[in-house]
Amino acid sequence: MPLLDREGLQADPFDRADPSAEGVIVPFDGLEEALESGSNRPVGVDLPNHVHPSRLASHLDRLALVAIDFPKFSDGRGFSLARMLREQGYRGRLRATGRILPDQFAFALHSGFDEVEISDEQAARLPVGQWQLAPHQFSDNYVDTRDGRVSVFKRRRAAREAA
Amino acid sequence: MYRYDEFDERLVRERIAQFREMVRRRIDGSLTEEEFTLLRQMNGLYLQLHAYMLRVAIPYGTLSGRQMRQLALIADRYDRGYGHFTTRQNIQYNWPRLRDVPDMLELLADVEMQCIQTSGNCIRNVTADHFAGVAADEIEDPRPTAELIRQWSTLHPEFSFLPRKFKIAVTGSAVDRAAVAVHDIGLRIVADAKGRIGYRVTVGGGLGRTPMIGKPVREFLPREELLPYLEAILRVYNLEGRRDNKYKARVKILVHELGTEAFVARVEEEYARIDRGAVEVDAAEVARIAAYFAPPAFEALPARSEAFEKAARDPDFARFARTNLFPHKAPGYTALTVSLKPIGAPPGDATSDQMRVLADLAERFSADELRVTHVQNIVLPHVRLDDVPEVWAALVEAGLATANSGLVTDIISCPGMDYCKLATARSIPIAQEISRRFADPERERAIGPLGIKISGCINACGHHHVGAIGILGLDKAGVENYQITLGGEPGDLASLGERLGPGIDADEVPAAIERIVDVYLALRTDEAETFIDTVRRVGLDPFKPALQPQEPVRAAA
Repeated sequence: MPLLDREGLQADPFDRADPSAEGVIVPFDGLEEALESGSNRPVGVDLPNHVHPSRLASHLDRLALVAIDFPKFSDGRGFSLARMLREQGYRGRLRATGRILPDQFAFALHSGFDEVEISDEQAARLPVGQWQLAPHQFSDNYVDTRDGRVSVFKRRRAAREAA
Repeated sequence: MYRYDEFDERLVRERIAQFREMVRRRIDGSLTEEEFTLLRQMNGLYLQLHAYMLRVAIPYGTLSGRQMRQLALIADRYDRGYGHFTTRQNIQYNWPRLRDVPDMLELLADVEMQCIQTSGNCIRNVTADHFAGVAADEIEDPRPTAELIRQWSTLHPEFSFLPRKFKIAVTGSAVDRAAVAVHDIGLRIVADAKGRIGYRVTVGGGLGRTPMIGKPVREFLPREELLPYLEAILRVYNLEGRRDNKYKARVKILVHELGTEAFVARVEEEYARIDRGAVEVDAAEVARIAAYFAPPAFEALPARSEAFEKAARDPDFARFARTNLFPHKAPGYTALTVSLKPIGAPPGDATSDQMRVLADLAERFSADELRVTHVQNIVLPHVRLDDVPEVWAALVEAGLATANSGLVTDIISCPGMDYCKLATARSIPIAQEISRRFADPERERAIGPLGIKISGCINACGHHHVGAIGILGLDKAGVENYQITLGGEPGDLASLGERLGPGIDADEVPAAIERIVDVYLALRTDEAETFIDTVRRVGLDPFKPALQPQEPVRAAA
């Protein structure tokens, strides 16, 4: 399925079924088994958005990818989950999957996601250009973001101190 | 008043560009109707019964003369020459065309206004006491706090797709005029024993189909911890609030189902994990925002005004002065309420001409400031007593001098079935008819303070649960049917009204309300006992017969 980051379409080194793919994504309830299998393939996990991220706490340094599902675009739990995983120190790939929209892409990047995996139907309806434009629609954020934006509050302070 | 800096200004302009693009993408099929609906709502645009409706944010209800004049211009150019002020201190235009909306947004941005998050499942316009900066019992002006929350919550990456809408209100006074107990989060500014300023935080209040009073979660939250603590509450709600049923999705249901103690434990657990430094705003920035709300330079005036007392010989002026003035902390000044409830008119509407009159009066007599109240009136907050006669004369001329603030005809009403897609009954015509029944100003004065609040459906936009008399319009097998509740109060002794009995037909409502008021007049101990006090003392039983059609029983006054 199409994979996008802030630069546009990317090849996906992970797959849920193809054993020849570089990395594998397993369901949440198959995670223990995959990590114990002794394989050298990078392991990612599909995290349903009703699972508290603390349940991944003991695996974070062994995970190459966490994919958080957006079952409906109006269901924003994934934004909190992403931020919480980053706050817990997770540094691997963070992917949003499901019904996410370009209109939410900037929020996803700000919350700590690196990429979105969408369906062919979404990709056909929502051209790459819309995803590429989304992170640039706003110059500023009032809060610090996980993708490195400094809050307006802090930038005002910096401007005052520079003056 | 707060003024946009370059950051605020750019964000609002970029939001409009995004909105234009969004409309284009709906038209070219990129966005489905369902997707576009939620996204446009986050920009204040609804599709109502007959047309689109645009809800403009008036943060904490404060605006300048220039802003009010621009609202009038928009009403003339894109609506039918009027606007409707709402219980969330906003204004709604009921007749815009979709293709005009981006241009309306540009006109708003020209005067530092916008529609961001006036709808949608996100943090809504933050409301505050409409007598902020006026009331003598104020610990601190609540508006800098509200403005800080406005900025923090604007396009918040984590909290823009919550289970449901989220409303925050702030009060800085001992007397709560912002109804904080019936908000998702209520903030009351308090001082601790050492004089440090902080907040008493309640969560889970709300009206709607399941009315609830907010539960205290922190008795004293130090000022600097406000935003991180709000993030902890919002995060628990975002993750755990119900998404399976929109009627059970507000945070009040989560607090209720978990129990307050368990909810607080979860919030505190999350709060302990949150990186506060990333969220806290430094004291200098808080002070920068607060400086915009510094009081105007009040003249040193005597507490009494000769011009005022002379004018008070006119009984009409005297009546107005008695009902529509609120004591000001500065001697020789008053806060003047302009009623948008003339007898028999739809509550909360103002014509563009009236808006321009209000803009002029604000500029000439009230330090260029206006307030919108959650009771759907307008306040001129800083008027010299010496100037009240002249202001009053101008209001009389504009049809804005109704002397009924806080009285029985100062009715709150939602738009109801005349405009709203959700409504199950009309509410404006009911308000109009009740208003006509109590048109006699002397009778109204004799009745004293009494809040009637009307909602045209169970969603309770007219706040009927907290009306001393609440009226809820429902649909019963295709016929409008109205339930009457008594004993609600939004403020310090917040309470929810109780149902008086079975619902009644629309044409019976005004007479029933009249009989309820007559029962009160007959039962009150004296004029000092208000309607709500009498209801609390005697209970509902003596009022129950009033629902039955009968000849009104006049009080032996």
